[in-house]
Amino acid sequence: MARIFAYIMHKGGIVDDSAFELAASARKIDAAASPTAILSGWGADLDSACNNLGASYSEIWKIANEDLSYPNAELVRKALQKVLPGNSIVLIAHEHFGIDLAPGLSVKMNSAFVSDVLDVAAVVGAELKVVRQEFGGQVSTHVRCDISSGAVLTIRPGAFRATETTAGRGIVVDKSGEVGSLAAGRRYLGTVVAEAGDVDITKYNVLVSIGRGIQEKDNVVIAQELADAMGAAVSCSRPVVDAKWMEKSRQVGSSGKTVKPKVYLACGISGAFQHLAGIKGSPYLIAINKNPKAPIFQVADVGIVDDILEFLPELTNKVREMRNAAAK
Amino acid sequence: MQLAAQLASFLVPGRALFFLIHLIGIACFSYIVAQRLVPLMRGERDFRFDQPWVRLGRVLKYWLGQWKQPRYRAAGTLHIFIFAGFLVLAIRAFSVLIVGVSPNFVPPGLSGRAGDVYGVITDYAATIVFLCMLIAVIRRLVFKPARYAVPAKYGKGHTADAIFLLSLIALLMLADSFFTAAKAAAQVRQGQPVEVLAALSLPWMIRNALVSTSLPTLGRMYFGAYFVHELTFYFLLCYRPFGIQFHVETSLFNIYFAKLDREILKPVRWGISDTQLDQVKSFGIKTFEDFTWKHMLDFYSCADCGRCSDQCPANAVGRPLSPRFITIKARDYSFAHYPVFGREKKGTALIGSIYSQDEIWSCTTCGACEQECPLLVEYIDKIVDLRRGMIDEGNVPQSLQKPLKALESRGNPYGKMEKKKADWASATEFQQTCRVKTLDHPNGAETLYFVDSITSFDDRMQSIGRATAKILSHVGENFGILGAAERDSGHEVRRFGEETLFMALRDHNVEAIKTSGVRRIVTADPHAYNALKHDYKDVPPVEHISQVIAREVESGKISFHPLENKNDVYTYHDPCYLGRHNQIYDEPRDVLDAIPGLKRVEMSRCRDRSFCCGGGGLMLFYEPKEEQRMGVKRVRMAAEAGASVIVTTCPFCMVNIEDAIKVAGMEGKMTVIDLTELVDRQVIRECPNAIEERAGEIKECVMASSHILK
Amino acid sequence: MEILVCIRRVPDTSENEIELNSAGNDIERDALVYSINEPDNYAVEEALQIVAKIGGSVTVATVGGEDDEEVLRREMAMGANHGVLIADEAFSGSDGRGIATILKAFVQKGHYDLILTGVQAEDGGAQIGGMLAAMLDYPFASLVNSIEVLEGQKLKISREIEGGNRELNEIDLPCVLSIQTGINEPRYVGMRGIRQVATVPIPTLSTTELGISANTVGESAAKVQRVDYFVPSPGNGAEILHGSREENIDKVLELVAAKGGLK
Repeated sequence: MARIFAYIMHKGGIVDDSAFELAASARKIDAAASPTAILSGWGADLDSACNNLGASYSEIWKIANEDLSYPNAELVRKALQKVLPGNSIVLIAHEHFGIDLAPGLSVKMNSAFVSDVLDVAAVVGAELKVVRQEFGGQVSTHVRCDISSGAVLTIRPGAFRATETTAGRGIVVDKSGEVGSLAAGRRYLGTVVAEAGDVDITKYNVLVSIGRGIQEKDNVVIAQELADAMGAAVSCSRPVVDAKWMEKSRQVGSSGKTVKPKVYLACGISGAFQHLAGIKGSPYLIAINKNPKAPIFQVADVGIVDDILEFLPELTNKVREMRNAAAK
Repeated sequence: MQLAAQLASFLVPGRALFFLIHLIGIACFSYIVAQRLVPLMRGERDFRFDQPWVRLGRVLKYWLGQWKQPRYRAAGTLHIFIFAGFLVLAIRAFSVLIVGVSPNFVPPGLSGRAGDVYGVITDYAATIVFLCMLIAVIRRLVFKPARYAVPAKYGKGHTADAIFLLSLIALLMLADSFFTAAKAAAQVRQGQPVEVLAALSLPWMIRNALVSTSLPTLGRMYFGAYFVHELTFYFLLCYRPFGIQFHVETSLFNIYFAKLDREILKPVRWGISDTQLDQVKSFGIKTFEDFTWKHMLDFYSCADCGRCSDQCPANAVGRPLSPRFITIKARDYSFAHYPVFGREKKGTALIGSIYSQDEIWSCTTCGACEQECPLLVEYIDKIVDLRRGMIDEGNVPQSLQKPLKALESRGNPYGKMEKKKADWASATEFQQTCRVKTLDHPNGAETLYFVDSITSFDDRMQSIGRATAKILSHVGENFGILGAAERDSGHEVRRFGEETLFMALRDHNVEAIKTSGVRRIVTADPHAYNALKHDYKDVPPVEHISQVIAREVESGKISFHPLENKNDVYTYHDPCYLGRHNQIYDEPRDVLDAIPGLKRVEMSRCRDRSFCCGGGGLMLFYEPKEEQRMGVKRVRMAAEAGASVIVTTCPFCMVNIEDAIKVAGMEGKMTVIDLTELVDRQVIRECPNAIEERAGEIKECVMASSHILK
Repeated sequence: MEILVCIRRVPDTSENEIELNSAGNDIERDALVYSINEPDNYAVEEALQIVAKIGGSVTVATVGGEDDEEVLRREMAMGANHGVLIADEAFSGSDGRGIATILKAFVQKGHYDLILTGVQAEDGGAQIGGMLAAMLDYPFASLVNSIEVLEGQKLKISREIEGGNRELNEIDLPCVLSIQTGINEPRYVGMRGIRQVATVPIPTLSTTELGISANTVGESAAKVQRVDYFVPSPGNGAEILHGSREENIDKVLELVAAKGGLK
């Protein structure tokens, strides 16, 4: 079996949660293998990140290069091309950086490519069978992939449970020298931070989150009233922002905010992966949706098939009743 | 005679001048009118020359009869007096003008006694017009009716111009009265037989004031009054085409050429059939010249009375649409680009310059504006045509693109699968009480129940479908539905400007209807009703379910249990496309009144003054910029009338009103029910046993009587 | 600027119910309606807006069969100047890499300053753009949500990253970009517009015109293949509450309180 590498994202010295999920997925591909982590970057932040991987990875390759102080996928790819052995299996988290890097890398490595992998079904010789979804999560598929010349796989964040890390630390190997100077036709200019809205949804323990099922802007108040009664905040999925019913600062998802509440009420949300990707820390997920087949019911803890436009106001009334009773 | 000659001699020195003024005045007026006709020559064609007798009849009703004026009592009465006065004074005005050149002129047929009578009438007429001018000025300056106000975004107010014109007309009356009075005063002076002047009229009062004035002064006054009269007359004549007063000249023509059948929507081009449409390069109104000549005449004929905008529901809730300014802005555009003096200016696209996109999308085509306009100015055709232009250019808000796309691929705006169209009828519980057959082969039934999209797919509205089916069963109608073969009627698709998609939907439906072999169509959806009646050709006659129910209440097939809740007060909301557009006002009311124990009140805005619920079809998807919802206003009107239940006969009204009750926070105080649901609830249904018993009785009866006959 | 937009015809997610067929090996395709992949539509609109500002032309191309012509026509009705269908039996069964290989051959036949794709299609692959760029050795950027044309054959673009933030980049032409939805507001294409382009000729290119060897594409060359469709057993999912609404509400409140959600 080929060597398995995992490209690790990090920021400010802290390693992204997906790092440990990638390790878990690597073990599912080859239980005996110990995957190698690759980190690129510059300075103390990079060093700190390399030391924060615990025992998930026995070997950690560090690529320190000033041009890589901001992760520019075009440059990172060139760096990886220089250090990766042929026929490797490379795992990357399926989010904005992985989407940018992985397909091109697979071409340069001349290896197979599968994106957004949810599970590993089987490995038989040089054939790897994985599980994916299509049509926004409405159906799942098995995909087989010929890994005889390696593979680049992007792994859905949260799909693999991060394995327990035992005490110990992987060996950091400095591969910076092998990379040389890097140049690419794309240059990073800067990051425009999204305008802070009036409400910071990342700070709330309970979120009442609405999706397309809220149907129109005037109904958003139904969710707001529930949130007010519960001391929670209203967040939403992408379609609600696209329709301009809520501000972008309220969006939970891969292109929105990442939240870690204790309780998450998904109201009229179908459960598309991009939205779920923004929910970390395994909150208690209660889903209310008119459609019994909505993919959200696959991932929720508790589900109610009902019309949110009727359910939420009644829930709000009950909460208020409870509070009034408690106040007396 | 001597006096006439004497007085006339005062006019003689001015004769040449007066004649000159006549010439210049008439020449100017002719030139101005010719210039005003120029854009009409550039406009699109409009076939308005048919059925002259019908058109003349309407001129008698709406122009001479001022039929729509009394809808606004105060202003209407004022205008009727002014209009009547103008008509009466017309001959006098002309004769006065001619007298300056030909002093002995007397209008034919008005010499002697007849002339005296006419003189008295015109004296009063002048007085009344003068008084009306004063009242009108006071209304404008003191009472300031809201509908005359000009919102800041439309420019400065029109009051100054209005006062100016009113004052000039008053001046004209004064000058005319002075002219008459001076002559009469001179007669008194000379002890000659006095021309009869109407007592207490303006000329009469002025004559009494002038009685002690010297003859030469009187003569100069006579001359002066004449001169002022002539100048004012010609000034007004030439000034009117520069503003709203042009309606004085154009109103008769505007009404003559007005649309005979309001419900026939303007096709993309008059005279181009559907199959020839590929030849048309551009659909809709994009530049001013895309308007038809009649549309342009509308712009000239607007009297700026503001009644249309006063009744417009979009305007009432703060949407960027005000029908009055659709017209005034277009008129100002034509004045600016086709000036009377100076060169024509190059045209611009209308959307983005004088009109905004939202302004045009905001219209629900309720027709309140057209219903109100005393000059029969047409609005809906223009809005639809402007939308055609935007669709052609691809300028469609994203909120509308989605349902339009769904209509194209699935035949309904919700994107639901065709095979699910009849699912509402196969709900298990319902199927046990009422079987609804699908007409998938010819001659499956006599009558088609055309359900249309919202009633088929919306969870809530499906109950209207079921209630309607049960009622049709109850009255023994042999009916069926088209099921998966039915597409959206396309009513709003057409009115939102997507003519090609509309034609595709229509052609599909017509084919399906023809194949089914039905002889009659019934629907519970007024939008479908309107489409099948007016937009579709070659389909069987269509009725609305309320007409069917009303008829069967008459015949006795439908009778009602008394209402259980005696405390509710019911009010009927006229849907725009059943009421105003198709004049079906009484049948739903008759049905309600046949329910024992039902207390019914009327909202102040009812029948053809009904206030639109917010619009149907594609309007449910559009996200308007507004301060309030139309439905909320309507629900408050119902509460004001003392009602606790609103009855409606349209699924879109149901959606909007149900929603509005929640938004207005009136849950518990107001409910809404569809007529079909109410009838289904209250109708007396005999149990099967009773029917058999009855049949048995009849049989015995027949046998018994046959004995007797033998 | 010469812009190529690679588009795809997909089952419309909002107007279809995606279900497994009775055999359980594919989705039910009988009553599906198809349309242009939504992100691709945004890409075409963006291309049209760029060309409207600085001149040039927009070409739309798709790898597929006869059925796929309709999306080419639709985008031409929207304003694209040229439409190209790339079709050959040899292409069937191609994986993402195969499609990118085919597109690469097509790109090299012409001259394009900018190549756009939608960020992903219904299969969530999100791969064609990146692969094509690597094959051509053009710079690449994904999830692009704004494009500004600069002097000197460069673009200033922004990418959609986490938290609603935008990553600004400068990228050299020629390049490949994958476009995210929401970058603009696509114009409406009505039935009439589509009818008007119904007879415009659309060239079809096959392996011969493109100079592709059949062993680099198609099923035999594919390293990745879909095996089946399935719906995971509901057992893995939520515990569905089956009580009355009142009962459900009480249960919800109980659970929320237990999880520390009510202060």
